[in-house]
Amino acid sequence: MLTAATDATTTINGLALVGYGLAAIGPGIGLGILFGKTIEGMARQPEMSGQLRSTMFIGLAFIEILALLAIATPFFLK
Amino acid sequence: MVRFIAVIVFLTIFVIGARRAKLVPGRFQSVLEMGLDFCRTQIAYEILGERDGKKYVPMITTIFFAVFFFNITGVIPFLNIAGTSVIGLPIIFALWVYFMYLGQGVKKFGVGGYLKHSLFPPGVPWPIYLLLTPVEFLQVFLLRPATLVIRLLANMMAGHLLLALCFAATSFLFFEASAGLKAFGAVTFVAGFAFFLLEVFVALLQAYVFSILTAVYLQMSISEEH
Repeated sequence: MLTAATDATTTINGLALVGYGLAAIGPGIGLGILFGKTIEGMARQPEMSGQLRSTMFIGLAFIEILALLAIATPFFLK
Repeated sequence: MVRFIAVIVFLTIFVIGARRAKLVPGRFQSVLEMGLDFCRTQIAYEILGERDGKKYVPMITTIFFAVFFFNITGVIPFLNIAGTSVIGLPIIFALWVYFMYLGQGVKKFGVGGYLKHSLFPPGVPWPIYLLLTPVEFLQVFLLRPATLVIRLLANMMAGHLLLALCFAATSFLFFEASAGLKAFGAVTFVAGFAFFLLEVFVALLQAYVFSILTAVYLQMSISEEH
């Protein structure tokens, strides 16, 4: 399926841009939920905010990798 | 070449800081100590605990500061490329972390024990293993180093591209575009500075994320079953 994706040619230019736009929806929602919940947790229990901040950064890394895969894909899928 | 300059600056700063280390530190030394203490307590001890954290503090500190110095060369005006935006350096760091966490896990549990520990997490009803084990296998052996590489690389590359885009747009809009668009040149100029600050922040953040993920992967490899 992956080779089919790379062999496929299309006459529509800029489809890659549309693909990236669609790929940014999921991580966008995910990041919003992550940071929203972290802020809410910090507001409810300020003494835990250090630990919440640490965990938030770890979550940030995992979610952003999905968005960054969309940027990096053209470079390794020819 | 840029990477050599980054390494030389990095080593110089730390050698000067450590050379005449006084018990009551002066300003420069206390800044360095704040950085080192941050790595020790906020990253290593927080994730790994005091006993295990002590073993890995040098590795985590090295990774943090090295990644930071290699990232920051991307915003210094005459060294325009970030050392980590070319694929070689992130691969080296990720391979170091990869072999380190595999090696530590194997050293602690033995090869079979480590595979059982990471691929068959305890406390799960057995049919779920059919689903869980392939995912865990992909995660541990393939996806962790790959995502470490791509995360660092793409963040640095994308940031650099945005910065270059802003400044190119400024020069184009100021010098070559029609008169109506010149006002937008000012906008992109300001945006260029905003992105410059964002770049510095992202350099720091990506160094922090890389080192905290190192700590997390190490912790997941050597954690006792509970």
